[in-house]
Amino acid sequence: MLLEIKDLAVEVEGKLVLKDIDLSIKEGETHVLLGPNGAGKSTLFLTILGFPNYKVLNGSIIFKGEDITNLSTTERVKRGIGVSFQNPPAIRGVSVQNLLKFESGQDVEKPLNNRMVDLSEKLKFNNEFLNRDVNLGFSGGEVKRSEILQLLAQMPEFIMFDEPDSGVDIENVELLAGQLNDLLDKDKKPAKRKKGGLLITHLGYILNFVHADKAHILMDGEIACSGDPNEILEDVRKEGFKGCVECAKCS
Amino acid sequence: MLNVRNVVRDAEKAKDKKAAIGQDITIENFTKEDKSAHELIDEIGDVSKKTKGDLLKVGIDAEENERSGSFLQFDQSNVFSSSSSDSVELMNLESAIDKYSWVKDYLWQVVKPDADKYTARTALREQEEDVKSGYFVRSLPGTKEIFPIQTCMFIADENVMQTAHNIIIAEENSELHLITGCATGDDVASALHVGVSEFYLKPGAKITFTMVHNWAEQVEVRPRTGVKLYDDSTYINNYILTSPVKSIQSYPTAFCDGKNSRAVFQSIQSGQKDSIIDVGSRALLNGKGSAAEVISRAVSNDESQIFSRGHLAGLVPDVKGHLECHGLVLADDSRIYAVPELEASAANLEMSHEAAVGKIDEEEIYYLTSRGLSEEEATSMIVRGFLSMDITGLPDELANETQRMIDLSLDGM
Ligand SMILES: Nc1ncnc2c1ncn2[C@@H]1O[C@H](COP(=O)(O)OP(=O)(O)OP(=O)(O)O)[C@@H](O)[C@H]1O
Ligand SMILES: [Mg+2]
Repeated sequence: MLLEIKDLAVEVEGKLVLKDIDLSIKEGETHVLLGPNGAGKSTLFLTILGFPNYKVLNGSIIFKGEDITNLSTTERVKRGIGVSFQNPPAIRGVSVQNLLKFESGQDVEKPLNNRMVDLSEKLKFNNEFLNRDVNLGFSGGEVKRSEILQLLAQMPEFIMFDEPDSGVDIENVELLAGQLNDLLDKDKKPAKRKKGGLLITHLGYILNFVHADKAHILMDGEIACSGDPNEILEDVRKEGFKGCVECAKCS
Repeated sequence: MLNVRNVVRDAEKAKDKKAAIGQDITIENFTKEDKSAHELIDEIGDVSKKTKGDLLKVGIDAEENERSGSFLQFDQSNVFSSSSSDSVELMNLESAIDKYSWVKDYLWQVVKPDADKYTARTALREQEEDVKSGYFVRSLPGTKEIFPIQTCMFIADENVMQTAHNIIIAEENSELHLITGCATGDDVASALHVGVSEFYLKPGAKITFTMVHNWAEQVEVRPRTGVKLYDDSTYINNYILTSPVKSIQSYPTAFCDGKNSRAVFQSIQSGQKDSIIDVGSRALLNGKGSAAEVISRAVSNDESQIFSRGHLAGLVPDVKGHLECHGLVLADDSRIYAVPELEASAANLEMSHEAAVGKIDEEEIYYLTSRGLSEEEATSMIVRGFLSMDITGLPDELANETQRMIDLSLDGM
């Protein structure tokens, strides 16, 4: 198992947001996390990532067989966890380029290596953009592409994408999806895939381009139902989240 | 114009006058040194290896790579000065006064001898005790020397009071770049530095002045700077301080008297230990179409206190001024006090200011840790980012060099 979450309860700023989460993701699998606004999806991501404000009251997070529940974010990232954020902060004076160099283990004094230059071009970033302060004044689509570019620099083994497609136009969703597939080893045969992923999407549009193995609906801090992504998405579209969960209960 | 007698008279009256701001210093606690206490050196490369290292940290290259000249003052002694440029004259002030009868007309014009006791004592040493220390730099009309002159004020002996009086003149349509570094030797714990600098920018001239300070922890520093700008001239001042100091108080003032004259002050200050840093920049916009910009970035560590001041005064119509003062408080026991002042005494002018002081946004730290940086690395990257600013107005080479100087001084943080 790549990632295993057991009986997880999480409090944020004194508020119980996640109540009792169980979730397991194998190597080579990509799961989708669905749920209404405020359900706790981003909270789950940031808890897996180990942000200090997300207090684990109960349960554990196991990554590659190791209990990482009490590790710092830095240590978790060093073990191979990566994330693209829904709303990352802007940092003045820290250029995209310098971050990329750090993330891909390059010397800051040297020019960006060819691999990263090629990837930047693929994601439609020119040199001027790479010199900009990270996330400062970026458009919605630029934020998402820059997040993916940083993940490509890091090449984590387990990747969480928080709404990589929201606010992105159709053409760019395809572009992003291509890179997501690379990050998730999708071009390899299923048996050879090592990477795992967890993806939050509201509209599910990106699932037309990125294959997911399983979907979960998070409601009121709990995983209300899990199953085949296409079926679940279909139900949600028809019945809404509530309806979908209801019907999961009766079946 | 002030004549010598008036300078002495004014200085005499002000020799115990406290400065308008900053902690008062008992000058009598420091020793005056003779102007020939240190021997002259033949080559700047003759200084000890250790001193070379100290100089390099403040941007002074003993190899003189890409420099058009060098000047070195040890305590009160002018030990070295040499220019390799046909466009720039460089010598100690005493020689300049001997060489040109008109130099005296530039003394004490934009810094007043009776401003406070520091200027007064410097004037008295110069006029009464005949201890003329400091440099004279002059770029000839119509010339443009892209390599900077480097000047260094070095304190080598314990407990000295170092005074310097510097005259910098950019003649009509000339361009002059100066790097100046101030440092202290290893054996020095405490000392007092008073540097009076008067800049004159003739019509169409441009000066960039980049100053890096690296003092010992118990050194008191009181620079006094005035800048006179004639028509269409541009003055750019960069100031970098990232090492501890006991206290520093300075408030350089640009007199933008010429039409379309322009002054830019950029400063980067990082307060360490219990340093008290009180640095401001002032521009008086008196010329039609003149403009000034004051940009400062300050971070406070440990128990340091930083007063970040700026004062822009628009005295005639059609002038423009912008003041920007950002501070990051990194330690609970430290303090940043931003004092931006705008003054407008004419209609139809454009003056603005922007000041923000706060702590590092934790979200930014978390974001960077999620990219694999430790919290310390994240903090340092954010602080460096905060302190980095576009250094405008310098030739590319010098801009890169200045960035390296900033990086180098941040490395020591
Ligand atoms: N730092 C915080 N301080 C206070 N409340 C928080 C904090 N972070 C999350 N919450 C609360 O926890 C709940 C879950 O938020 P979360 O961001 O995880 O939802 P989400 O499922 O990602 O929603 P969306 O689809 O809108 O992105 C919300 O009620 C939110 O207000
Ligand atoms: Mg969310």
